[in-house]
Amino acid sequence: MALSLVVDALSLKKGYRHLINDLSFFVAPGECVALTGANGVGKTTLLRTLAGFIRPDGGRARYVDGVDPEESVAAQAHYLGHAEALSPGRLAGAELDFQRAFLGGTAAGQAEAIRRLNLSPLLELETRMLSAGQKRRLSCARLIMARRPVWLLDEPMSPLDTEHRAKLAELMQSHLSEGGLIVCAVHDPLPFEVRELRLMAPAMETVYG
Amino acid sequence: MTPSSSLALLRRDLGLSLARGGGPVLAAGFFLTLMAMVPLSLGPEAQTLSKIAPGLTWLCLALASLLSLERLFERDYEDGVFDLLRTGPLALEWVAFLKCLAQWLGTGLILSLMTPVVMILLGAPVGVAGWALVAALIGSFSFALIGGAGASLTLGSRKGGVLIALLVLPFYVPPVIFGAGLMQAFVTGAPVSQALSLLCAYGLFALALGPIAMGAALRSALN
Repeated sequence: MALSLVVDALSLKKGYRHLINDLSFFVAPGECVALTGANGVGKTTLLRTLAGFIRPDGGRARYVDGVDPEESVAAQAHYLGHAEALSPGRLAGAELDFQRAFLGGTAAGQAEAIRRLNLSPLLELETRMLSAGQKRRLSCARLIMARRPVWLLDEPMSPLDTEHRAKLAELMQSHLSEGGLIVCAVHDPLPFEVRELRLMAPAMETVYG
Repeated sequence: MTPSSSLALLRRDLGLSLARGGGPVLAAGFFLTLMAMVPLSLGPEAQTLSKIAPGLTWLCLALASLLSLERLFERDYEDGVFDLLRTGPLALEWVAFLKCLAQWLGTGLILSLMTPVVMILLGAPVGVAGWALVAALIGSFSFALIGGAGASLTLGSRKGGVLIALLVLPFYVPPVIFGAGLMQAFVTGAPVSQALSLLCAYGLFALALGPIAMGAALRSALN
């Protein structure tokens, strides 16, 4: 299923401060949008809104499939945030098993994720023993284990080493070539063609009430 | 897809509560210690103890059920696991219910099994065991759900433990009254059906409203 993302006049506030004012954009299947902008400008908040975690203060974000562009469908999104969603006391392998079963992935997908992200040396370790980059690789496994058309990634590259940055970029490209869409907050440019969406602070507007 | 997701979550949460000690061992130890202090503080006369045993056991059951509430959602909240859970196929209400169920299986169930034993040790008649177990099972299940609602409301506030206790304890009053009342009715030979129905009614109330309350509270805490 190929989904497009339609964002209509979206406004987001954090406390009394406007983060995003009247933002509209469209992401087609097979397209990657790189969100850039200064720290604190609202990249994470926007991604969490696209994931459906936050209700926007105005406008809306919806996913439509090719059949009827007016009818919104439930977002089928993976959200990878700063927190890695791993419980410190559990084995990495047990976390993968849980994530696969919970998200409805396949055993073949899990094997593929382990192979492509080079996870097999980590499986027997407790997740609190892993480095930041290793944890991120473990988190990325769910992108492969359970296929979903929408990937919402928050600075996915930052803790990874050069080798695994290239691997993740490869995964993202193959996702795009299969008709998936990606919205990705980044600071460093991605090594493939993306559309950049630069968020600017709306002049520090403050609203009271 | 949904049953297997639910089962996966239940198994994970149960594993978490059992694996890291804490939960069941702590609650059971607390329960036993509290009960061991009763004869020390009230004197060892069998007459007094057997009279107050059912009521006191219920009070201690309620207090022991409070213990692990703070960790019910807090851990997954801090680790960011809720971001994963919210992109899954299950509604947040159902996720919260499953977490409470896992909590109850890991802690409340064990406390319930201990309840008749402790009650009899304090001098309640042996015949009371059956009803004590049934009442404790229903009571601890309502404790888990109501406690879950309290835990979800305090999510994100540092050191929410005492706050949870303050929020939740008033709602623990009805099951304590009905549960202890059931025991009293049994001991005095009155029909138990009235107290039992009220206890069941409260359990159903917790079952119906608990998940909705938890879902709403989690949604506002997790934005």
